[in-house]
Amino acid sequence: MSYTELLGVLLFFFATFLLAIPLGKYIAKIYAGEKTLLDPIFNPIERTFFKWSGIDATKQMNWKQHLSAMLTINMVWFLMALFILMNQSWLPWNPDGNPNMTADLAFNTSISFLVNCNLQHYSGESGVSYFSQIFALMFLQFVSAATGMAAAAVLFNALRERISDQLGNFYNYFLKSATRILLPLCIIVSVILLFRGTPMTMEGKDTMISMEGDTIHVSRGPAAAFIAIKHLGTNGGGFFGVNSAHPFENPDYFTNIVEMVAQTIIPFAMIFALGFYLKRRKLAWMIFGVMTLEFVLLVVPAIISEVQGNPAIQAMGIDQSQGAMEGKEVRFGAAASGYWSIITTVISTGSVNAMHDSSMPISGLTQLLSMMVNAIYGGCGVGILNFYVFIILAVFISGLMVGRTPEFMGKKIEAREVKISMIVALFHGFLILVSTALASSIFINNPEIGWLNNPGFHGFSEMLYEYTSSSANNGSGFEGLGDNTPWWNISTGIVLLLSRFIPIIGPIAIAGILANKKYIPESAGTLKTDTATFGLMVFAVIVITAALSFFPALTLGPIAEYFSMR
Amino acid sequence: MKEHLLPAIKLTLISLVFFCVIYPALIGGIAQVSPNKGKGFLVEQKGKVYYENIGQAFYSDQYFWSRPSAVSYNAAGSCGSNKGPSNPDYLVLVQQRIDTFMVHNPGVKKSDIPADLITASGSGLDPHISPKAAAVQIKRIAKSRNLSEAKVTELVNQSIEKPFLGLFGPESVNVLQLNLKLEKL
Repeated sequence: MSYTELLGVLLFFFATFLLAIPLGKYIAKIYAGEKTLLDPIFNPIERTFFKWSGIDATKQMNWKQHLSAMLTINMVWFLMALFILMNQSWLPWNPDGNPNMTADLAFNTSISFLVNCNLQHYSGESGVSYFSQIFALMFLQFVSAATGMAAAAVLFNALRERISDQLGNFYNYFLKSATRILLPLCIIVSVILLFRGTPMTMEGKDTMISMEGDTIHVSRGPAAAFIAIKHLGTNGGGFFGVNSAHPFENPDYFTNIVEMVAQTIIPFAMIFALGFYLKRRKLAWMIFGVMTLEFVLLVVPAIISEVQGNPAIQAMGIDQSQGAMEGKEVRFGAAASGYWSIITTVISTGSVNAMHDSSMPISGLTQLLSMMVNAIYGGCGVGILNFYVFIILAVFISGLMVGRTPEFMGKKIEAREVKISMIVALFHGFLILVSTALASSIFINNPEIGWLNNPGFHGFSEMLYEYTSSSANNGSGFEGLGDNTPWWNISTGIVLLLSRFIPIIGPIAIAGILANKKYIPESAGTLKTDTATFGLMVFAVIVITAALSFFPALTLGPIAEYFSMR
Repeated sequence: MKEHLLPAIKLTLISLVFFCVIYPALIGGIAQVSPNKGKGFLVEQKGKVYYENIGQAFYSDQYFWSRPSAVSYNAAGSCGSNKGPSNPDYLVLVQQRIDTFMVHNPGVKKSDIPADLITASGSGLDPHISPKAAAVQIKRIAKSRNLSEAKVTELVNQSIEKPFLGLFGPESVNVLQLNLKLEKL
């Protein structure tokens, strides 16, 4: 690896970090309803939205009303996307004549984009029309990200020091997230992409003769607008089949920096926004510190193992100083691809700039662990919800350890809240392990089924990865898995639905219940939650509940593969 | 849930207009003033038009070769091999690629073959190879085109794309651009 590749990786992180602090301040202002620079543009636009829809955006909702509004509108979006995908062949803007999706594939795809996952069992070039890309998929990328952010805004509101069940208005949080945060950033990112060579055209495939005289077709489309929201909304669903490895979708190292910052910035900013909103910056730094510690523990081994290259190819006498290049692009190199593979798995984007199926075993392991923990930075809004669950558990456990009543932000944590947290925390592991076990038993009994692209331990990892990615609402994949079959479409679809809404409903319910409890001012007897000690406690809880429960499964997959290659 | 249904449908419709018509139209409008009007960068030589960012397959000895591709550089689709690092069939394939390269490039030491020349890219359309991968092919090109090695080396050195701002990321060579320059010699 050259030192410029290492500098690139450091730039990814620090550029995002520096930009995320002012963005966090801006986000906090928006959710608090304070004045911002873009008010003159967006105030009239949002008024039109609400007037036309007959919504009173100033009406306060309690946590149950929030969830009811959220689930209803999500159902509308799901049905709409399902209809579009199953009828795209006759709908407009289908220059390549792509066929309708089958019912099971449309079911999977609609849910997957609805829940901010973007698992793609189709390939963008041949599986969807431009109309579907824009009106079903890109639309869901905007609104699913805004839904997650709105849920986080409800949590912010509930954490304020007072007693109330009035937690703001869902539609207000939702729309402002989409118009004032996502949209302006999307415009910036898509314009940069346009000028670096990403297409934005409604024309279909082009035909050209190569220098050697082969006739080839080149897929194009309205990609620039799509790729911007794909990253900013931590959605990750690519316009083209190979996502951001495609030279149109990610033309050079500069766009790679832009896309990397774009996907990481809102998850970072949401943490700082929490600190600004509650005027508890130390708490935000504690959360950011714990997450960054976990991130570093995952990203460093991944980069090292990719940069070291493939020992099996080394044994053939080939120099591996370039790193493991299978499935990677020369313009990004091994270090940037290794970094991306961990960023995309910790923050639930799931876009890729290299094929994860060809990753080295240790990076495959850390990619899986990132999604299994699922509380490091996290997706748009939902990252902070997942982390909140672990805070509640850590407060409870440390309260027991030091013999104090568990309290968080001046509210008593009691049995009901701990039970909900425990269910949410364990459900993730339950979904991943049970569904992988089911799929493995089907595969073992029907080896002719042909799901896997690789034999042995790596083949098992392909199945484990698919369910882990579904349950973490991530959307990346070990893409060698032949996943466009009714079994995979339906089973991952169900996992996706459960793993999206339970981790939203749980934390919102806890926050709503706590907001309604008596506020106890901080005293000498209060367990401080914004200290490094408490941070380590949360870290320990995450390692024990999240990471260790997956250890046996990881041993069968990437760990066994690693030792078999020594 | 009922009280939310009608507002939800209406809010969805107006959001569709805003995010799926106005936003893409705005970006599409800006595309009209961008290079090549938002259709990807094009390069033209001898009346033929190519996409600068879409790699091509080269198999004759007088051109620099691109990396192996899982889709044979047909950009109608895109795909990596998705082969795991320990897959035995895959390792046999890599060995065959090494052997083929050695046959076409006699005199090259095996340890001089860089990893990118014998592994498939993620997209299957990678337009680049590493500077080392270009250097290792110079001898073959010079011989089959009756050029001096120094001349071809100079061409390769001119074609190296530096890291972003000279600081970030790897160096690379665009194979299509390099071969187009080669044709002009």
